[in-house]
Amino acid sequence: MNYRDVMPSSIPIVSQARLEVLVADYQRVVQQRRRQSLLVLAILAVLVLLAARFGEVDLRNLIDNISNFTSYFSRIMPKLSAAHFGADVADWYWNITGWLKLLLDTILIAYLATLIGAVGALATAPLAAANLAPSGTLRWTIKRIFEFCRTVPDLVFALMFVAAFGLGPLAGILAIAIHTFGTLGKLFIEALENIDMKPVESVRSTGSRFIETVRFGALPQVMSTFASYTLLRFEINVRSGSVVGMVGAGGIGQDLFVAIRKFYYTDVSAILLMIIVCVAVIDLVTERVRHRLSGRDIRR
Amino acid sequence: MSALRVMRPEETVAVLDRHRDLFDDSTRSRVFAVAAPLGLLAFTAFAVWWLALPFDQILQGLTSLAKFVALMFPPSTGGHLDLLVKAMGETLAIAFLGTLIATVAAFPISFLAASNTTPHPIIRFVVRRCLDTIRSVDALIWALVFVGVVGLGPFAGILAIAVSDTGALGKLFSEAIESADERTRESVLASGGTGLLAVRFGLLPQVLPIIAGQVLYFIESNVRSATIIGIVGAGGIGLQLSEQIRTYDFDQVAFAVIMILVTVAIIDWVSGKLRFAIIGRRPVV
Repeated sequence: MNYRDVMPSSIPIVSQARLEVLVADYQRVVQQRRRQSLLVLAILAVLVLLAARFGEVDLRNLIDNISNFTSYFSRIMPKLSAAHFGADVADWYWNITGWLKLLLDTILIAYLATLIGAVGALATAPLAAANLAPSGTLRWTIKRIFEFCRTVPDLVFALMFVAAFGLGPLAGILAIAIHTFGTLGKLFIEALENIDMKPVESVRSTGSRFIETVRFGALPQVMSTFASYTLLRFEINVRSGSVVGMVGAGGIGQDLFVAIRKFYYTDVSAILLMIIVCVAVIDLVTERVRHRLSGRDIRR
Repeated sequence: MSALRVMRPEETVAVLDRHRDLFDDSTRSRVFAVAAPLGLLAFTAFAVWWLALPFDQILQGLTSLAKFVALMFPPSTGGHLDLLVKAMGETLAIAFLGTLIATVAAFPISFLAASNTTPHPIIRFVVRRCLDTIRSVDALIWALVFVGVVGLGPFAGILAIAVSDTGALGKLFSEAIESADERTRESVLASGGTGLLAVRFGLLPQVLPIIAGQVLYFIESNVRSATIIGIVGAGGIGLQLSEQIRTYDFDQVAFAVIMILVTVAIIDWVSGKLRFAIIGRRPVV
């Protein structure tokens, strides 16, 4: 059998009349989408103008002063020369021991805050997950508390705690812990609401109490997801930990704030470089661990 | 079936044998199960010791916190509602314009940073590292820098959010581009399209909805960040808030916080609706 018998020798040609209908249809759809995009753009333009008025956007000011911005970066660059490189670096990092101590402070603040927040969220999230919650009112209340904790900025908490507990890392830890509690609580609830309910039901059918149901039915399915979220949060908290110092709540932020405000240019770059390297290292390590954790959940 | 049959002991053993792998933890995982909590605990003890946390101040601190909370009720505007509303408007403007500028800046950059559209791997590497560096400096620090450049006011805040989010959005956009389906691009190329046309008709239609969802999500989260950059003088409600905390006007603090909560809830609701209309119920990040 020749292949020509089964396969058409050419693509069938659409009749002119049919083609015109198709083209007209296509044009109409394109027109409609164009009109839609134009409408969205117009709304966006109005919003931009409104926001620019409120935000006191002053392009002339920016253009006049943009040289400040670029020259800022050349000013914070350390003066290093190949001739006496070691001495220059030593001069740049004149306070290396002090800064390293503060950086360790920052990491420990982030660590304690993450730990407190994660433990708190772990303890309360099962009470607020729709598929596990023992009571509707309790669930609603806990969800609102999570919302409150993550919406009020951590720096506002830090300011209040500095006023209450005095200057120092304690205020920073508590502020970041509360924020972590709110964000992790929300993420934990979402993870719990997506679990397979069969193990939960089988544990329940043995007459278990709430806490046993959660421990043996739900947690084994989500523990590695929880650990992964917590590690991600730790990395974010190291970043926030470097900022709460600006309001006196401990960590390297205080020194950075002083350096920026008092124009100790090379100090700014020295401290920033330390923070960037530190965050990058933590990022790398936690990413490794998170990749190993993902896919280790006991599911299905 | 009249009753459940009780398993005979040898049957139990057989079942256990069949699922040996579920019951036999390796020594390594057993050691890990003990060592991990111990390690966490030891590190916690070290942290508490190193930071010299003043536990004797906790009780005193809690009593003063309770006093602050008592002072918060009833919340009051302190007689300048107009100022607060204007500051909240500034906050929204900062979040909106900051995110928009960041989007416009990050969009072209992300094509350089995505493995399937970058002109050269070295360019991709350099661009990625730059984005990482920008991202690891907090928006508040950028705000401090920009206050020095354009002076006090919301404009500094807009620029700070714009710069720090260019880093974050550039990374997210490039990941969206990388995960796009290659076949549509290839089919455009196969029908004789140029590389640019392939990106326009093969890539953008897939990527744009994802990007729009991410941008909306960032506007949401930036409303939260924009409430604090006022603390360093970069506009928005943060300035009022930090002043009121420093002067112990806690009834006004409570009012400002309630304003923030309500505004954020409204923005979340609106952008959630928009996001749903654009991409459906899909996680954004």
